[in-house]
Amino acid sequence: MGFFLETLMGGLMTGMLYSLVALGFVLIFKASGVFNFAQGAMVLFAALAMARFAEWFPQWLGFENKILANLLAFVVAGALMFAVAWLVERLVLRHLVNQDGAVLLMATLGITYFLDGAGQTLFGSDIYKIDIGMPKEPMFLFQSVFEGGVLVSQEDLYAAVIAALLVIALTLFFQKTSTGRALRAVADDHQAAQSIGIPLNRIWIIVWCVAGVVALVAGMIWGSKLGVQFSLTTVALRALPVVILGGLTSVPGAIIGGLIIGVGEKLSEIYIGPLVGGGIEIWFAYVLALVFLLFRPQGLFGEKIIDRV
Amino acid sequence: MLYRENGQFKTTYAADSQIFPIAQDRWVILALIAFAAVVVPMVASTYMFKAILIPFLILSLAAVGVNILVGYCGQISLGSGAFMAVGAYAAYNLFIRVEGIPLILALLGGGFFATLVGIIFGVPSLRVRGLYLAVATLAAQFFWDWAFLRIKWFTNYAPSGSVQVADLSVLGWAIKDPADKYLFCLAFLVVFGLLAKNLVRGAIGREWMAIRDMDVAAAVIGIRPMYAKLSAFAVSSFIVGVAGALWGFVHLGGWEPAAFSVDRSFQLLFMVIIGGLGSIMGSIFGAAFITLLPIFLNQALPVLGDLVGMEVTTAFVSHAEFMIFGALIVWFLIVEPHGLARLWSVAKQKLRIWPFPH
Repeated sequence: MGFFLETLMGGLMTGMLYSLVALGFVLIFKASGVFNFAQGAMVLFAALAMARFAEWFPQWLGFENKILANLLAFVVAGALMFAVAWLVERLVLRHLVNQDGAVLLMATLGITYFLDGAGQTLFGSDIYKIDIGMPKEPMFLFQSVFEGGVLVSQEDLYAAVIAALLVIALTLFFQKTSTGRALRAVADDHQAAQSIGIPLNRIWIIVWCVAGVVALVAGMIWGSKLGVQFSLTTVALRALPVVILGGLTSVPGAIIGGLIIGVGEKLSEIYIGPLVGGGIEIWFAYVLALVFLLFRPQGLFGEKIIDRV
Repeated sequence: MLYRENGQFKTTYAADSQIFPIAQDRWVILALIAFAAVVVPMVASTYMFKAILIPFLILSLAAVGVNILVGYCGQISLGSGAFMAVGAYAAYNLFIRVEGIPLILALLGGGFFATLVGIIFGVPSLRVRGLYLAVATLAAQFFWDWAFLRIKWFTNYAPSGSVQVADLSVLGWAIKDPADKYLFCLAFLVVFGLLAKNLVRGAIGREWMAIRDMDVAAAVIGIRPMYAKLSAFAVSSFIVGVAGALWGFVHLGGWEPAAFSVDRSFQLLFMVIIGGLGSIMGSIFGAAFITLLPIFLNQALPVLGDLVGMEVTTAFVSHAEFMIFGALIVWFLIVEPHGLARLWSVAKQKLRIWPFPH
């Protein structure tokens, strides 16, 4: 029982991290109908920027304080993501208005290639560390309930808390600010939003900026867990089942989908994996999402698809 | 003046329903095939064959297959790499396990198994569509990546997971030299290209296009969505599977699952979109573009670097390649979202009314 709970907790926390990446997909799809394959590249780009700036600032400015360095790096990397968002809207999306979904998908794949190349040209292609002072040693919970308690990685726990905070902040931003209201309006209906005077172009920039910040936070957490390296881009591929499971247009869907996929992955790896030779995590998530889709083609929380001729 | 159908009167049904109804088209295609089959083998170097021509032909074939599914039937698929892999491994298993099987039969057998897998993974398309389907087809990709890595039977218990084939021959013709390999692949491309071209203008092709344009309306006028969608998956994955088998057997000779990774799927989709959705000729243009671009960048960048006096490291070249490739794709999509095939048809239209455009 203790072991099962451990696996479950581990799954939930990994799931939280998947949700973070999935959130980036959902935000952009909701506001602009673009399926942003570049989210993974954005995570890598942001993480590379963060890692390298945190290394460079103390050298350039001659101070030792690690917290200050991380803070500065976070701000500068965030600004860089804003610049990326602006450029993407300006140079790509603006020219592809009203194009087919597949063409937009391909354009974001082009952006993926560009960002992968640009990030490694600017910041180097080795493995870098992000050290934001997350405690590494595991801790025990429920020691009074079970014998031996439940082993939980503190790092994962912190990451999950950060992810939860980000989600709360985003929810507040969407529900309580006027910009958030405009974003929701655009997500509901482009034309109606435009006709009451909401500038679509600016909304797209804002939503890509928000996705950039989400990518930065995701990159920071994944980077401090796994190290900042090229394989970070595969995180996006692992977050895709989360997105379609939760529904492409639903923020809560991204979170609940993330938790389901996270738990499903971990449990399947431990209880089914040994039977078939292991390593089934990655496709099991996809098959799980596929089975859900067969029953609800729009995902768990997606908008109902209505067919009209 | 040169290219117009005036004065070409069709007197039989057969003449009216041939694949290329305009005589000039027929001559150009025949001349192209003759050029590719006779002139190219005489002038091309071994490097040209190995690095450019053979990959180009095989990927064109695969792109034709993907275009049938994505361009004609409108089902976006990111699992083409997996269907190539299934074709390659199935052909390999037939080749080594069935005593004395002819090469062509093994390759077509690879296509047959890819068809079966394609139909199974096409079933979700009956419920799910659009981008949801694109992500769902990734399931095929990751599942088969895993299967060929972990299930040892598929790779005949090879310790490193990589498999080899050798001594390819068809009816006593040993396919060993690059030129032979080139001709072998060319034959496949021509046959399948013409078959595909013929298929998409027939009843079944029209059903696919109706489903693509609006599946509900198509169902209303009596097209069975299940039959149309699954037949598109079947035909597409058969061609892609044969291309995969050729890629493994003829181009690589020995391969491991990484040869058919998700990047291959993206590459094929790029070819189809850049070449033009819903065009057989476009798939071939797209394949040429995507195959040649990285090679060109790889050669040109160090030269350019020398010109401006910059020191160019290999790491920089590979990263810059990524950047330029990505930027060019985006630029191309903005300039011509309908692909190279559109330019081709615009050129034909212009030629038709030349030299008096009014």
